[in-house]
Amino acid sequence: MNKLKATLLLADGTIFKGTLIGSPGTNGGEICFNTGMTGYQEIYTDPSYTGQIIVTTTSHIGNYGVISSEVESDQPTIAGIVVNSFSEIYSRLDADGSLQDYLVKYGITGIADIDTRKLVRHIRSKGAMNAIISSEFEDDLAGLKAELNLVPDMNGLELSSQVCTKEPFFYGDENSPLKVACLDFGIKLNILRNLADRGVYCKVFPAKTKFEELKKWNPDGYFLSNGPGDPAVMEYAVKTTKDILESDKPVFGICLGHQVLAEACGISTYKMHHGHRGLNHPIKNIFTGKSEITSQNHGFVVKKEDVENSDLVEMTHIHLNDKTVAGIKLKNKPAFSVQYHPESSPGPHDSRYLFDDFINLMNKK
Amino acid sequence: MPKDSSIKHILLIGSGPIVIGQACEFDYSGTQASRSLREEGIKVTLINSNPATIMTDPVTADNVYLLPLEKKSIIKILQEHPDIDCVLPTVGGQTALNLAIDCEKAGIWKKFGVRMIGVDIDAIDTAENREKFKALLEKIGVGVCKGATATSFLQGKEIAQEIGFPLIIRASYTLGGAGGAFVEKAEDFEKALSAGLQASPVHEVLIEQSILGWKEYELEVMRDNIGNMIVICSIENFDPMGVHTGDSITVAPALTLPDTVYQRMRNYAITMMNSIGNFAGGCNVQFAVSPDNSEIIGIEINPRVSRSSALASKATGYPIAKVAAKLAIGYNLDELTNSITGTTSAFFEPSIDYVIVKIPRWNFDKFKGSDKRLGLSMKAVGEVMGIGRNFQEALQKACQSLEIKRNGLGADGKELRDQEKILYSLANPSWNRLFHVYDAFKLGISFRTIQDLTKIDKWFLKQIEELVHIEAEIEKYEIDDIPLELMELAKRKGYADRQIAHLLGCLESEVFNKRYEEMGIKRVYKLVDTCAAEFEAKTPYYYSTFGEENEAIPSDKKKVVVLGSGPNRVGQGIEFDYSCVHGVLAAKECGYETIMINCNPETVSTDPDVSDRLYFEPVFWEHIYEIILSEKPVGVIVQLGGQTALKLAEKLDKYGIPIIGTSYEALDLAEDRGRFSTLLKENEVPYPEFGTIHNTDEALELCKTIGFPLLVRPSYVLGGQGMKIVINEKELEEHVVNVLRDIPNNEILLDHFLEGAIEAEADAICDGENVYIIGIMQHIEPAGIHSGDSYAVLPPYNLGDYVMRQIETYTKKIALALRTVGLINIQFAIKNDKVYVIEANPRASRTVPFICKAYREPYVNYATKVMLGEKKVTDFNFKPYKSGYAIKEPVFSFHKFPNVNKELGPEMKSTGEAIYFIEDLMDDYFLKIYSERNLYLSR
Repeated sequence: MNKLKATLLLADGTIFKGTLIGSPGTNGGEICFNTGMTGYQEIYTDPSYTGQIIVTTTSHIGNYGVISSEVESDQPTIAGIVVNSFSEIYSRLDADGSLQDYLVKYGITGIADIDTRKLVRHIRSKGAMNAIISSEFEDDLAGLKAELNLVPDMNGLELSSQVCTKEPFFYGDENSPLKVACLDFGIKLNILRNLADRGVYCKVFPAKTKFEELKKWNPDGYFLSNGPGDPAVMEYAVKTTKDILESDKPVFGICLGHQVLAEACGISTYKMHHGHRGLNHPIKNIFTGKSEITSQNHGFVVKKEDVENSDLVEMTHIHLNDKTVAGIKLKNKPAFSVQYHPESSPGPHDSRYLFDDFINLMNKK
Repeated sequence: MPKDSSIKHILLIGSGPIVIGQACEFDYSGTQASRSLREEGIKVTLINSNPATIMTDPVTADNVYLLPLEKKSIIKILQEHPDIDCVLPTVGGQTALNLAIDCEKAGIWKKFGVRMIGVDIDAIDTAENREKFKALLEKIGVGVCKGATATSFLQGKEIAQEIGFPLIIRASYTLGGAGGAFVEKAEDFEKALSAGLQASPVHEVLIEQSILGWKEYELEVMRDNIGNMIVICSIENFDPMGVHTGDSITVAPALTLPDTVYQRMRNYAITMMNSIGNFAGGCNVQFAVSPDNSEIIGIEINPRVSRSSALASKATGYPIAKVAAKLAIGYNLDELTNSITGTTSAFFEPSIDYVIVKIPRWNFDKFKGSDKRLGLSMKAVGEVMGIGRNFQEALQKACQSLEIKRNGLGADGKELRDQEKILYSLANPSWNRLFHVYDAFKLGISFRTIQDLTKIDKWFLKQIEELVHIEAEIEKYEIDDIPLELMELAKRKGYADRQIAHLLGCLESEVFNKRYEEMGIKRVYKLVDTCAAEFEAKTPYYYSTFGEENEAIPSDKKKVVVLGSGPNRVGQGIEFDYSCVHGVLAAKECGYETIMINCNPETVSTDPDVSDRLYFEPVFWEHIYEIILSEKPVGVIVQLGGQTALKLAEKLDKYGIPIIGTSYEALDLAEDRGRFSTLLKENEVPYPEFGTIHNTDEALELCKTIGFPLLVRPSYVLGGQGMKIVINEKELEEHVVNVLRDIPNNEILLDHFLEGAIEAEADAICDGENVYIIGIMQHIEPAGIHSGDSYAVLPPYNLGDYVMRQIETYTKKIALALRTVGLINIQFAIKNDKVYVIEANPRASRTVPFICKAYREPYVNYATKVMLGEKKVTDFNFKPYKSGYAIKEPVFSFHKFPNVNKELGPEMKSTGEAIYFIEDLMDDYFLKIYSERNLYLSR
């Protein structure tokens, strides 16, 4: 009963008072909500969420603790978490520990016991905005506001080069039949697991690596990873991608990688009202006619008219709810990308075939 | 593929009478499916023998056949409607499916050129055949429960080595499980094996991996013709493997599964569905998961709409049956819109931001001598669902919905304190195990022991343990000094004011005033929207919780609340839901905004398409009162929802909330035998000699003046609970003691029992001035068998004019004397041509839907308009369709309780009913039941 209190302040002045979870402190970021009902640890360790405060809409978080095998990166880089009911008690025989201890270990501050549904409805109607969680400014609203003002705006923010690997590293079996150069904008580990499972030896390069450097390794294909931030300010990545495309080698992009591929083909991107984040997003594959339930996490999206008017690319997948572009491919090159997460960790495995498609493209060459 | 435009006319098969395992969820699914098909311009012809269903209403289908669910009826329908081109058998439970398969085998569909849609017979066959199913799972790489038969000691040991421990030995061809054993450790195995081999007459045993105590899950999945699949809901069983899922407390979403394990299960479900056949519709897949999450075993697959899909629809808001019907006629999921949001795709997986807890409702008290332990065969007669923003709140709300005289889980002074009994109950689950888990924590039994005995997941047990701690914390205070934070915590965890009052030692109203008025802790209402608020939703489906934002902003329209009938149970079933639904629809017609309150997920009344606003809440005072305070309706309709709704009348009246129709005073007068008899006497209406007693001494004194046989009955009970006919002083004394033990301080009535009398009953509508008798029914069994368990014939088959005139006169007199506004049911006994009144109930009775169906008239609609004061009885043009006779046939579920004899008496035992029409009294069916009328009568 004697839990510390915490405050959540939104940029538009809305305040929620609740219970502190995780590490005491003050931290801000862009607030967004995820409607998934499982996989909190994977979400919290997904580098694409860097700098964001994640509201999970599901009623309970923490129920099954944490486990080292279910991370998507070395450590969480999120700005904070907001949950309805937080469980320090966990039930999982092979768990490493509680979510509470995990959050404290990585200095993540969160807030629980607030009306998260009200908050989600607020974000839904007002759109994405910055917010701050604090256990320190209980009676000092002005102070908290000042702190909130220091949080950078996600629009025009480049984060990939901050969260990506500093040095290239290898993943998978070096005797694998195929080699893929992965451009790390904030790559999720499960992408590498999926590639390695399909006989791919991966070399993961920092975001700002130039094409010449990638080419030296003589890969069979290139992978453009997911990651945080605004794709419109990633000229370096767009440049590299243009060079990659020149090589006519197979290219596969996911999420931010998809947006970068689009930018490289002259398609612009824009920030959505409040994005797509969850494990239940309906996507239709225009070519096969089949639909898939996908895991998504993006605040930016490629412009549909640009795709429709493009000579270079065509739409392959469409989001069934708002009809936004969910996948594209180049008309004359072996390159394709999707806005969602076929590696889906967490989330349904309906779209894993895309990795096979990528392998097939490489095998054709 | 878009809609198959060749389909013009579909035959829909219903599920027939309510029995254990197949209840009103199929009325819900059938009704939804029918509406969904008609939306597409397809004609629907429907067959069901259950008259108390909305699906058999003229509003639901183009043609309705109230016929027995048998081949003969199907042929008749197809002959009369040669344009029927398809049959949809997947929304009427196992009954519909079996009938469709029978017709298939008999070549009926082929003969009439009818195509079966929404189902794949091979898929059904694979799903139902244990061996085929197991072989399939092995082929596609889904885990199965390992096992093999052994005919020698050596073979047995080899099998055991293969599958490991714990395991189960079942001896072949033995009765009642003789020679069977549960073996936990290798050292106990050899002894058990030889015992098993010896016990079996053919010296054969089945050795199977034991998955008792494993976690149990269900996925509700939808599939379309091109193989698109979505999981609508994951359901976790609170009670682990070993208890039938229909008897298990279940929770959604699954709360103790990591994504990795959940996705593995989802993948298996998809593989299983794809490999059993090509079908479009809903499907239920069940899994067992080892406690360490490492192993997942496929248990069952049901490629049809089921009880769980009704629950999943109510749990998520996603209308499974409605969509399944669309898929059956060719649509693909991506071509349909989510009707809850109206804007997004129906191809998606609902995300929920609350927790639901389903608790089954059992009626063991009605089946004396039955084995009360839960196991592989379902025993529950109904269920409730609680919705909350956390598990504890949902759990408490579900407990408050049960109507088992508890105020929730714990904190009501009714806990068991006998350690031995508690330990037994933990290991041998029955209807009350949940309560005993709470009691065990309260008594200080260790967490480890509780978990070892129950095998319930630690997370759930910890939630209950935490409630016990909160209870202890509250007990430290009194109403004057309880801190706001603690009060808020208790309310958020679902404690009712009544429970808190018990802990603080004060009145419920004091707690209410303190928290509501002083502390401002009020309920808010949140929407069930399939999408966790990601999109705006249009369907007005609400539940209460404690939070900041209320989404159910009251309108300023004229509105009325209809109280539902809660969980199905013997004596109060689907008939009352039927009346509630019609009440809602009638009030809508009169321009009222309608508000439905109910907690039974199986029903049509809790389909959010029915009322203007659905509050899925316990039919429990506190919840109802807060809705009323928020919505400010002009009044509340209590006479449609059976005893559940009716018993809230007193409190509504006390709080000055208008009751629509017959006043509380009149309702109470009818229940109060003394005052009611005075009324009868004043109106010169005969009734059997009677008296009231409060103890055995009074009983023994009174019986001398009334004389045996006597009918003993407690006041204010449902379905004849505790009623018995006694023939001597010894029996009388015994029974009075029993009744007072079960229902302390009750007033007991002793009626002179008119032995051998004929029973009849009448239902009528009254507006206070005029009475219209909608139907008079004569029972086939003699007096002494509860009316709900009797065959009833409409109209009477051998009552003379003189008797009929008495019945009519008395019905009118009583209806007027009680100042009835709405419906009334009166029961009569007839002896030597003299009619006696046994009881009167000024409310919608069990027989009203039956009469509506037989006479093809919307009587509940009329009665509701009368209640609302919108119409007078004289405003209606009554045109009952009268041809031959309609027989109401009681249907029992005794097969579920092998040790219970089919004995009928004044206490009701049937779970459902069917309607049967006959032309004349020479009908074979009639002659048969007439000749057997005395067969099952017991005292």
